[in-house]
Amino acid sequence: MSQFYTSTDHFVLLPALLLAMFGCAVLLFDFWIFPQEQLRKHLIWFVALGEAFTAIALFRQYSFLNEHGGELVAFNGALVIDGFALFFHWLFLAATLIVALISYRYLEVREEHHGEYYGILMLAQCGMFFLASGTDLVTMFVGLELMAVSFYILVGFLRTDKRSNEAALKYLLLGAFSSGFLAYGFSLLYGMAGSTRLRDVATAVAARDLKDPILLMAIGTVSVGLFFKVSAVPFHMWAPDAYEGAPTSVTAFLSVGSKAASFALLIRLFTALGAARSVWEPVLAGVAVLSLTIGNFAAVTQTNTKRLLAYSSISHAGYMLLGLVAGNDRGLQGMLVYLLVYTFMNLGAFLVIIALNQKDVAGEDVADLGGLIHRNPGYALLMLVFLLSLAGIPPTAGFIGKYYIFMALVEAKMYFLAVIAALYVAVAVFYYFRMVRSMFVEKQEHAGPLTTSFGMRAALVVTGLATLVVGLYPEPFVRLAQTSLMR
Amino acid sequence: MPDFSLPAAVPISWYLILSAVLFTLGIAGFLLRRSIITVFMSIELMLNAVNLTFVTFSYKLKAVDGHIFTFFVMVVAAAEAAVGLAIILTVFRNRSTLEIDEVNSLKL
Repeated sequence: MSQFYTSTDHFVLLPALLLAMFGCAVLLFDFWIFPQEQLRKHLIWFVALGEAFTAIALFRQYSFLNEHGGELVAFNGALVIDGFALFFHWLFLAATLIVALISYRYLEVREEHHGEYYGILMLAQCGMFFLASGTDLVTMFVGLELMAVSFYILVGFLRTDKRSNEAALKYLLLGAFSSGFLAYGFSLLYGMAGSTRLRDVATAVAARDLKDPILLMAIGTVSVGLFFKVSAVPFHMWAPDAYEGAPTSVTAFLSVGSKAASFALLIRLFTALGAARSVWEPVLAGVAVLSLTIGNFAAVTQTNTKRLLAYSSISHAGYMLLGLVAGNDRGLQGMLVYLLVYTFMNLGAFLVIIALNQKDVAGEDVADLGGLIHRNPGYALLMLVFLLSLAGIPPTAGFIGKYYIFMALVEAKMYFLAVIAALYVAVAVFYYFRMVRSMFVEKQEHAGPLTTSFGMRAALVVTGLATLVVGLYPEPFVRLAQTSLMR
Repeated sequence: MPDFSLPAAVPISWYLILSAVLFTLGIAGFLLRRSIITVFMSIELMLNAVNLTFVTFSYKLKAVDGHIFTFFVMVVAAAEAAVGLAIILTVFRNRSTLEIDEVNSLKL
C-alpha cells in the first residue's frame, strides 16, 4: 500500500495548489479587503505574485527533470510532470500573465471591472494544469470542467451586455453537452479497463478486438467531446458566437489557453488509444480537412474581426490535428511548435483589437482597422506581423509551425493531405490581407489617438518579439519541443 | 408456455442498455427541445446516464474507481448547474425570454 500524500505528490501538485489558493484568495480579497474602487487595481499585483510563485514551482520541477531525467509521477499515477506537461504549463503561464496584463484597461473601458475576474482567470489556469498533467480519467475530467466552468463565467462577464450573455449561454450549453459525451466515453473506457488510469486504459484498448462495438462507441464519444473542445468542424458552432460575444480579453484567453489545454488532453488521450489508431486516424484526417475547409472559407466573408479570427482559429485547429494524423515524432513536435507560435501570434492579434476598443468605439469591425497606419504606425506594423504569421508567411513564426506540420505529413507519405493543407494557406492569405488592406490602404474610420496602458504596450512587445524571434531563429524552440516529447 | 418470470438478479447488460437509452434521450432532448431550461435538464440527464454506467461497471468489477468518478460527476454537474442557472437568469433579465430561438443576436 502506497503512502497517502508523499512529498513527490506535493512537489508535483504545488503549481496547481498555488494557482487554486491565489485564485480563491483573490476572490475573497476582492470581497473583503478591496471593496473600494480605487484599491481594486492593486489586485493585479496579487495575481503577479501568485504567478511568480507558480513559476518558481514550475522552475524547480524543470530543474529536477533536467537533473534526473524521466518523469515525476504522483498520486499513484494520476498526475505526471514530464517534459510534455511542463511545456504546456509554461505556455499557460505566459498566456495567463499576458491576458491579466491587458484586461485591466479593457474592463475599465467596458465599465465591468471586478476583482473576481482575476481569480477566475487563475482558476481556469489551474484547470489547464490538470489537463496537461493528468494521466487519470478522473483528473482529466475534473480539470476540464474546472477550466470550462471558469470560462463560462468569463465569457458572460459583461452582465448587462446582451451579446456577452448570449455567448455565455451558447458556450455553456454546447460545452456541457460535449462534456457529457466525453464523460460517457470515459465511463465506457473505464468499463473496458477496470481502472481509470490512462496506462491501464491503453493496455485494455490494445487487448481489444478493433471491431468491438463498446470500443468503437468509446472512441466515438470521446472524439466527439474532444473535437468540441478544440472547436474542430463539425463541432465548431459554439466558437464564432462565444468568441464574438465574449469580452475581447477573454476571447484572447479562450482562443489560446483553452485551445492549448484541450490539445494537450487530446494528445494524451489519443496516444493512450494508440492501439486503435486504424480506427480514429481516418476520422481525425476527415475532421482536420473539414476544419480547414469550413474555417478558411467561412472566414472570407466575415466583417467582424473577432468572428474572423474565430474561424481562422478553427482552421488552425485543423492544421494542428494534421500533426497527430501524421503520427510520427515530427508530427507531434510540429503540433507543439505550432501551439507555441499560435499562442503568441493569436494573442497579439487580439491585443491590437483590444487596443482599438475605446470609450465610444467597439473597434470590432474590419473597417475599424481603417487607416491604422496613419493613426498609430506601431500598432499597424505589429498587426501586420501577427497577420503574416497567422497566414504562415516567412520569416514569421507561423511559417515554422506550418512547415513542421507539412514536413511530418510528407514524411508519413500523406502527400494528398499535405497538398490540401498547403493550398488552404492561399485562402488564408486572402482574408488576412483584407485586414491588412484595411489598415494600410483604406481611409481612417475614427479620429483621435489610441489611448493605451503600460500593460498593453508591454504585452504587445512580448508577443511581437516572440512572433518574430521564433520565425527568425526557430532552432531553440524546435529543440524545446523535441526535448519536451522525450520520454 | 413461455417463461415470463424475471431473472433473480437484473443482468448487468440491462443497466448498460438503460444508461445508453437515457444518454440518447438526453441528446434528443438537447437537440429537439426549444426551452433553455429543458435543454439544460437534458444535459443533466446525459450526466446521470454517465453515472449509471460508472456505477454499473464499478459494481461488476468490484472496484471503487467508478464510484469515485460518479461523485466527481455529481460535483461537476452541481457546479455547472449553479453557473448555468446564473447565466440563464442574466439572459432572462436582459431579454425576458427563455426560448432558445429568440436568443439570436449573434448571427449564425
